[in-house]
Amino acid sequence: MDKDLYRKVGLTCDEYEKIKGILGREPNELEINLYGVMWSEHCSYKNSKPVLRMFPTSGERVLQGPGENAGIVDIGDNMAVVMKIESHNHPSAVEPYQGAATGVGGIIRDIFTMGARPIASLNSLRFGELDNSRTKYLFEHVVAGIAGYGNCIGIPTVGGEVYFNDCYKGNPLVNAMCVGIIEHKDIKRGTAAGAGNAVMIVGASTGRDGMGGASFASTELTQESQENRSAVQVGDPFMEKLLLEACLELFQTGCVVGVQDLGAAGLTSACSETASRGNSGMDIDVSLVPRREAGMIPVEVMISESQERMLVIVEKGREDEVTAIFEKWGLHSSVIGRVTDDGMLTIRDKGVIVGQVPAKSLADQAPVYHREYREPGYIEERKTLDLNSIPIPEDMNEILLQLLGSPNIASKEWVYRQYDHMVRTCTAVTPGSDAAVIRIRGTRKAIALTTDCNSRYCYLNPGVGGAIAIAEAARNLVCSGARPLAVTDGLNFGNPEKPEIFWQFRQSVSGMSDACRALGTPVISGNVSFYNETETDAVFPTPIVGMVGLVEDVDHITTQAFRDEGDVVLMLGMNKGEIGGSEYLKVIHGMERGAVPELDLQTEKKVQECCLEGIRKGYVKSAHDCSEGGLAVALAECCISGNIGAVVSCGDGLRKDALLFGESQSRIIITTSPDDLARVEELARKTGVDCLNMGHVGGSTLEVAINGHKEIDLPVKDMEIQWREALKCIME
Amino acid sequence: MKFGVVVFPGSNCDIDCYHALRDVMGQPTEYIWHKDRDLSGFDCIVLPGGFSYGDYLRCGAIARFSPVMDKVIEFADRGKPVIGICNGFQILTEAGLLPGTLLRNQNMKFICETISVKVENANTPFTNLCEEGQVLNIPIAHGDGNYFVDDSTLEEMQVNGQIVFRYCGPDGQVIEGRNPNGSLKNIAGVCNKKRNVLGMMPHPERCMERILNNEDGVIIFKSIINYLEGGGIDG
Repeated sequence: MDKDLYRKVGLTCDEYEKIKGILGREPNELEINLYGVMWSEHCSYKNSKPVLRMFPTSGERVLQGPGENAGIVDIGDNMAVVMKIESHNHPSAVEPYQGAATGVGGIIRDIFTMGARPIASLNSLRFGELDNSRTKYLFEHVVAGIAGYGNCIGIPTVGGEVYFNDCYKGNPLVNAMCVGIIEHKDIKRGTAAGAGNAVMIVGASTGRDGMGGASFASTELTQESQENRSAVQVGDPFMEKLLLEACLELFQTGCVVGVQDLGAAGLTSACSETASRGNSGMDIDVSLVPRREAGMIPVEVMISESQERMLVIVEKGREDEVTAIFEKWGLHSSVIGRVTDDGMLTIRDKGVIVGQVPAKSLADQAPVYHREYREPGYIEERKTLDLNSIPIPEDMNEILLQLLGSPNIASKEWVYRQYDHMVRTCTAVTPGSDAAVIRIRGTRKAIALTTDCNSRYCYLNPGVGGAIAIAEAARNLVCSGARPLAVTDGLNFGNPEKPEIFWQFRQSVSGMSDACRALGTPVISGNVSFYNETETDAVFPTPIVGMVGLVEDVDHITTQAFRDEGDVVLMLGMNKGEIGGSEYLKVIHGMERGAVPELDLQTEKKVQECCLEGIRKGYVKSAHDCSEGGLAVALAECCISGNIGAVVSCGDGLRKDALLFGESQSRIIITTSPDDLARVEELARKTGVDCLNMGHVGGSTLEVAINGHKEIDLPVKDMEIQWREALKCIME
Repeated sequence: MKFGVVVFPGSNCDIDCYHALRDVMGQPTEYIWHKDRDLSGFDCIVLPGGFSYGDYLRCGAIARFSPVMDKVIEFADRGKPVIGICNGFQILTEAGLLPGTLLRNQNMKFICETISVKVENANTPFTNLCEEGQVLNIPIAHGDGNYFVDDSTLEEMQVNGQIVFRYCGPDGQVIEGRNPNGSLKNIAGVCNKKRNVLGMMPHPERCMERILNNEDGVIIFKSIINYLEGGGIDG
């Protein structure tokens, strides 16, 4: 055997020695490839595992935590929500349409693999600044890819976020999240048990597309990556729609023992992981796998990442039921082997054994690395911010308009107008508010969904930034009338072999974990994507938080839109005038530095509880979280959404730019009718939350006075045009 | 009155139409698999939206060859109401039940948003409870909704009252600035000469309930029920 083969498949010398130890012999070429993909970071989490243990992953509502295809959280009445987020960064950097499309397809499969009907998709995207044609091309085609797949399969894309920063120029981030709904009794797991049971591959045929995609995802992007298009899969959403319907129909028969989708590392991971979970083995013959290309050798069949395929473990003797259902939907279904009790993954080609390794060694015995970590030098340097060196702008109207028109704050309508966000007719709150809300048919309940991460905070202070990502996601859900339930995390970082990057990773996870504990939202699934670097630099640490919350009664559904003339505008929480790391500092003063906003988790919790209680009691008519762009932008968004103005005032000695545009945490702008004002104030007193009466809703302009001086005075129409048209203007 | 919702491989608004008819309108409703050939007992057939056969060749071009379509054509020929929504509209034009064709949206992008349409003909089985000129707010969600037909057919259609809906502003003004997809004359929905077959790009089934903040679609289905119950239309 070629001595350097192990290097080509991405293994180290030590790892190769470990494999020899496991097998008691030299692995053959097929076998070394199996280890190459399964022991990649993407499949094995070998670098991240010890750190991920910090996350709280259990709770009374958790029905399935990390380790399966997706996490499951109980929403009562024997119903549950299934959810997961996953990255498709490197494929999208090379081939944006297919990279993003197959990211969506893969995450949808993870959801229906658990037996659930997928009901909504979200995404979280990061690109470089929109000042060059390459970035615009990536942005346009990633959005088109998400739309192309999601729209066709008929799952609404209901929410998400898009941010632009130079650090993502060479390495965009594309994280796709999907959410499904299931009755407890229908939950399926990726387990192969019962010797003699049939191992079937169903769905699309297998080709050479996506060869070694898992390994491709586990290295840095280089010039040659652009040539590595064969590592990018091609999506067929129509096929997946048929596969989805056929699988859900199949699950109803009760003949399915276990099921797993073929994602990263294809057949190799599906076989070894299901066998490993079932403490069993598997004996399969690659010649029985339906092919779309001639001349494929066994290793190609084993590691192909052709899309829209599933592995189904079926009770012995009931194979024909599977065939009948898949034939109805015009799909392949082939028995490719049997479950065994010897713990081995045995691979044959026309009956002849071509590879045989312990299933557990592939799925569970990858080495675990405790990487070195070290605080990067920039952290101290970037902390400092001399406020005196920052001039206070004269015209705050001008500044607010500039912020409303900056791509990170401007309306994302250009994006979500391309996504079918209404199909399935359950989207009660469409994109553009704090969170999307999906009603659960046949009940009074709904779920609220959001994705969130401010990566600039995470860059400047990964610990606090990670905690803020969790806190803000939870706050978004609360503003929609939901109690936050659980988290799926998409952790996007640079090369973990660099101590500075690993420090960012550890700090972020630690901060997130603290916030998850404080807010009672365990992590139930997720994904780690390392090596998000180009030859020049790593991306900002970007731990994306996908969160689901439960709206107990659809009457509690609340949006950010100001509603009626005369309603009182209140702020829950405190203005602290923190401008470190703010969008204002970046857009207006060209700086990304300073101390990030403080986060006191107990205060955060109280503010959220107060807001949710007010909503549930029917006192709160609108609620909106203050985030990027601070108080002024939040007020503008409330006015624009409600198509009505407001007159507010505040001031307590803070610099006026810091007060208007600072991004202090744990603040929610709510409105209430004058009749309920005393009740809301009493509620705030009782929960120990600061509650500031700022003014009232009305008219057609937003007026903000600070210390008695009117600083903002803008027609809502003018703000709306600036906010709504900005992204469209840049892109068209 | 019994409604049938046809399910093609790749249909994805089938459940929405089913829900709208059965749960919201309270009508007996059944799915019809595209290979079925028996439409007896149905009073109205719905071709729902979606991406039949992935819309890989041309929208609706493959679905029109599904076994059920011969029966849908017979059903329509007997004068019974058939409504095609979005992809269903595309299938009806491909099947020759409606004139014209649906091209790619002018901006080449998929568009999903709620939009205003003006009822141009309130004298059809699908609009008989509307006022002529009434403005309905209904969501669209399509990549290929740019209606086109040749001049002489268009003229004939106008004379026959076959243009049922046009895109318009909230005030009912039919102007180019309110045309989302480049459709000829802002056309959003058309019927056949006999007026018993309607195709429309907007999705009335998506705006039937208060929780969705819009109930403008109800009047379309109410009109069909009214028509089927004998609340006829003029001449």
